[in-house]
Amino acid sequence: MEAKLKSLEASAKSEIDKAITSDELEKARVKYLGKKGELTEVLRGMGSLSPEERPIVGKVANEVRASIEASLQAAKENIKGKELQQKLKSETIDVTMPGKQFKIGKKHPLTQGMDELKDIFIGMGFKVVEGPEVDTVYYNFDALNSPKNHPSRDMSDTFYITEDILLRCHTSTVQIRTMEKLKPPIRIISPGRCFRNDTPDATHSPMFYQLEGLVVDKGITLGDLKGTLEVFVKHFFGGHTKIKFRPHNFPFTEPSAEVDASCFKCSGEGCSVCKGSGWIELLGCGMVHPNVLSNCGIDPEVYSGFAFGMGIDRLIMNKYEIDDIRLLFENDIRFLNQF
Amino acid sequence: MLVPVKWLKEYVNIQLPTKELADKMTMSGSKVETIEAFGEGIEGVVIGKIEGILPHPNADKLVICKVNIGEEMLQIVTGASNIKEGDYVPVAIDGARLAGNLKIKKGKLRGEVSEGMLCSQDEMGIAKGLISEENKDGIWVLEQEYPLGADFMEVINFKDEVIEFEITSNRPDCLSMVGIAREAAATLGEKIEYPHIRVNGIEEKASDKAKVIIEDTEGCLRYVARLIKNVEIKESPQWMQQRLIKAGVRPINNIVDITNYVMLEYGQPLHAFDLDKISGDTIIIKKSKEGEKFKTLDGVERTLKATMTMIADKDKNLAIAGVMGGEESEVTKATKNILLESASFDNDNTRNTSKLLGLRTEASTRFSKGVDSNLALTAANRVCQLIEMLEIGEVLRDAIDVYPNKKENRQLCIRPNRINELLGTNIEVGEMIKILESLEIEANLIEGKLQATVPTYRDDLQLEADFAEEIGRIYGFDVIPATMARGNIVVGGKTNGEAFEDKTKQLLNAMGFNEVLSYSFVSPKTVDKIKVDSNSIKRNFVKLLNPLGDETSVMRTGLLPNLLEIISRNQNRNNHDFRGFELGKIFIPKGENQLPFELPQLAIGVYGEAEDFFTLKGAVEGLLKGSGIDDFEFEAEKNHPTYHPGRCANLFIGGNVAGTLGEIHPEVMNNYSLDKKSYCAELDFSILLALARVDRSYKPLPKYPAITRDFAVVLKEEIYVKDIEKIIRDNGGSILESFRLFDIYRGNQISEDHKSVAYTLTYRHSQRTLTDEDVNKVQDRILKKIEDELGGSLRD
Repeated sequence: MEAKLKSLEASAKSEIDKAITSDELEKARVKYLGKKGELTEVLRGMGSLSPEERPIVGKVANEVRASIEASLQAAKENIKGKELQQKLKSETIDVTMPGKQFKIGKKHPLTQGMDELKDIFIGMGFKVVEGPEVDTVYYNFDALNSPKNHPSRDMSDTFYITEDILLRCHTSTVQIRTMEKLKPPIRIISPGRCFRNDTPDATHSPMFYQLEGLVVDKGITLGDLKGTLEVFVKHFFGGHTKIKFRPHNFPFTEPSAEVDASCFKCSGEGCSVCKGSGWIELLGCGMVHPNVLSNCGIDPEVYSGFAFGMGIDRLIMNKYEIDDIRLLFENDIRFLNQF
Repeated sequence: MLVPVKWLKEYVNIQLPTKELADKMTMSGSKVETIEAFGEGIEGVVIGKIEGILPHPNADKLVICKVNIGEEMLQIVTGASNIKEGDYVPVAIDGARLAGNLKIKKGKLRGEVSEGMLCSQDEMGIAKGLISEENKDGIWVLEQEYPLGADFMEVINFKDEVIEFEITSNRPDCLSMVGIAREAAATLGEKIEYPHIRVNGIEEKASDKAKVIIEDTEGCLRYVARLIKNVEIKESPQWMQQRLIKAGVRPINNIVDITNYVMLEYGQPLHAFDLDKISGDTIIIKKSKEGEKFKTLDGVERTLKATMTMIADKDKNLAIAGVMGGEESEVTKATKNILLESASFDNDNTRNTSKLLGLRTEASTRFSKGVDSNLALTAANRVCQLIEMLEIGEVLRDAIDVYPNKKENRQLCIRPNRINELLGTNIEVGEMIKILESLEIEANLIEGKLQATVPTYRDDLQLEADFAEEIGRIYGFDVIPATMARGNIVVGGKTNGEAFEDKTKQLLNAMGFNEVLSYSFVSPKTVDKIKVDSNSIKRNFVKLLNPLGDETSVMRTGLLPNLLEIISRNQNRNNHDFRGFELGKIFIPKGENQLPFELPQLAIGVYGEAEDFFTLKGAVEGLLKGSGIDDFEFEAEKNHPTYHPGRCANLFIGGNVAGTLGEIHPEVMNNYSLDKKSYCAELDFSILLALARVDRSYKPLPKYPAITRDFAVVLKEEIYVKDIEKIIRDNGGSILESFRLFDIYRGNQISEDHKSVAYTLTYRHSQRTLTDEDVNKVQDRILKKIEDELGGSLRD
């Protein structure tokens, strides 16, 4: 009996070793350990043994059973691993095939630029306000201290709807509208569309975007204007950017200045973006003219303020090296998708 | 304003390299646009004298010149015909380099040796427009003797740098050499050296020969006249021509050149009349008669208006004041005696005259910007001084000067502490005085305040703030410390409207739509292109008085035309797919002389192979849901002229029409040359803004399982899905969580004009697990209603 068990063990192990698939292994298990399995049959025959033999054979039988089970377990794990390997191999894909295409919409590059500017100024406590695109001569010129004979008032410069109503030629209109409504402290920016009687070409557009800024409070200085614009420039163009504050002249500010930033492309060495000068003209600014404050009912003896205005189209064109302003309003999808 | 640096140095001591000077001037407010190196790259040109001219044996059009260049006699072949023996000319010798990098070498011309080249002004790099009549064709013949063989560039001071300044409108005084010199002196801390003007004059007195009467005292503030006898009209000396050319003025003849020279020097326009063509002895400055004719010296006959100021004699008009002289009294080569005018004309009046005539001249531009009345006599005297210096005429002893209201220097009081408050500086009063004095503004400290005396040429200085700029810019804007504004707390941020605009753009971007931006003005024809009804409000435009052209002549009343334009452009450029939107304003007229309504609108457009009406509708629904708007529905619209009558819907939010969407009508497609079906929506953004729900509160996630049930019903084709959904919604009770249309089937087993519509319904109870009975009850009720109200039958 013992010998029979041993030979069973040997043949079971050999069959287990031969099994390649889980099914074959299961067959082997049923064959030896199943209800009608060979080992089970042998054990069933134990009843015919003498009481002395029974414990001895029983012990051997248990050892054989344990040994077969151990082999089965090991083989099972082995096969499972192999089968997993097989499955993974069969599932291999060409990962260099193209990904599925998602449609991603983008904001217009001008809006992206405006968003960036708004974020910078909101961070410095500026509120965003809006004004109408069609406005009066009063808000666009008179209240801004623009001389009656200023060339910008000509029909050849500004679009008119009537003698008194026009398409605003700058966002400075919002300065007046804001100061009429709000008491200092005032700290606002106002982005928006402006219009000038320019025939479209690579660098001119009859419609363009500006961003106006205005701060009015007690004790506001030209130094504050410099500081505010320095923060803006460093945010927008990077921390290494230098700015140049040049005296200039505008009817609505006094003192007035123009601000240049060192070219972000060449850092001031001169390149095609800055036309070799190393500097890029950024904006016009100055201390709000006392006449403008008075026109809005703010006492220039008590309050002072600064204002600035910049062309957003130009900023964006510089930043992305766009050489034709008309591209911004053509809206070719291949252009829009680049930003 | 073009400023030749060598000329500038005559008034101010400048030791700096020009680039550094330019940087400093820019930073003190005189912005430098460009620096041109005049004569750069030209070398090897010497003074030569033509000693003999022989015919060329092999060419009729060429001659052989013997040219003396001091140590050598060169043989040079030339084709020029304007030279004669004894002429002094620029000679490019072997190895010379001329303008345009032209290299000169010894060689043979038609068999004859030529050891160099005689140069024209063009070859010396002078712009064609600045070459005088005499020098236009042929060799540059010098007007006097120069040392033979000397470096041409040195001898006539040819090499120079020319700075171009941008002069702002508040500083017309800087449109002159003296004005720029004053700025340079203040910038560099130097003193300006003005020209020392002295006129000798002859015995005869001008005041015995002529009179001036100003009748139009508004148009003419001052009139200075001087008389010059026996003038000799010829070419002006080279040094003067050089300065004019570098300053961008073409030399003409000595008298014209001198008046131009003094205009450049002082900024005072001057005019010379042929005295012998003036009738009588009186110059009258008066208003023109309406409709009068007058021939200006450019040969054009002009019709005058009654507002125009004229210079006249007893019989006729002589000049349009401050604009242009007349042909009749023009100085010609035959002119012997001259009346020199140096006057001050009102700037507004001159500007209007110039505008009405459509005639802009150097003089009218300068008078329009403003010329200081106190300059007139100085400039007239300077002209006379130069005439005497060049010995080309005899100046009569005195000047006739009619100046009814002399302009005096202005007195202003400035508080130094206020200046520092505005600038954010601590500049000492002493330094302020020094700065003001460097600008020729006298300043005295009296009881803590500065009493400033402002010269009449500085009309721009009217207020304390103007002085803040003067002191600030000379002190240096660049050294004013940068600070951040202190004071009251302010809160930054966007308006609700803007925040919602951002949100809208984000949602549309997320659904694959690109933002587009288009002009606010359009062609009035656009409403025809989209077939707007003849009585529609969209035909009532805000019109421009002075549009660039028809294409941009009215403010848009809708965003759709521009969007279709953009779609058309993209289709024409073979861009296969397009999803875009614009969020912008439309303009609707209000009352007369009132600003129009500016209303925000949203337009969405899409085309492409995989796109249809439902892409667009899905985007609109996504936008609404994303904005927290649930109370919306769509209704078929069959009469909108822009859209396909069977593929168009109106959007209702809370019962109000909020927009229209649909497939573009084939005729409209045709009008925009569209070959791909396009789908567009126009939404009233103000309604979306008003109804958007920004604040939301959290709903707990469900704890109990859901039960889903499907059904399919067969209905007549004309029944809208919307009607089925209304029944589902109205009868679903509290346990209907959601429903979804998953199939519409037409064909086999479904009778004609019918469709099978299949839904999945999801039920859930918030407090317990649902039973089949719970669900059956509701589902049966829904199906019964569909049968009863819509005539539907349950499909097995």
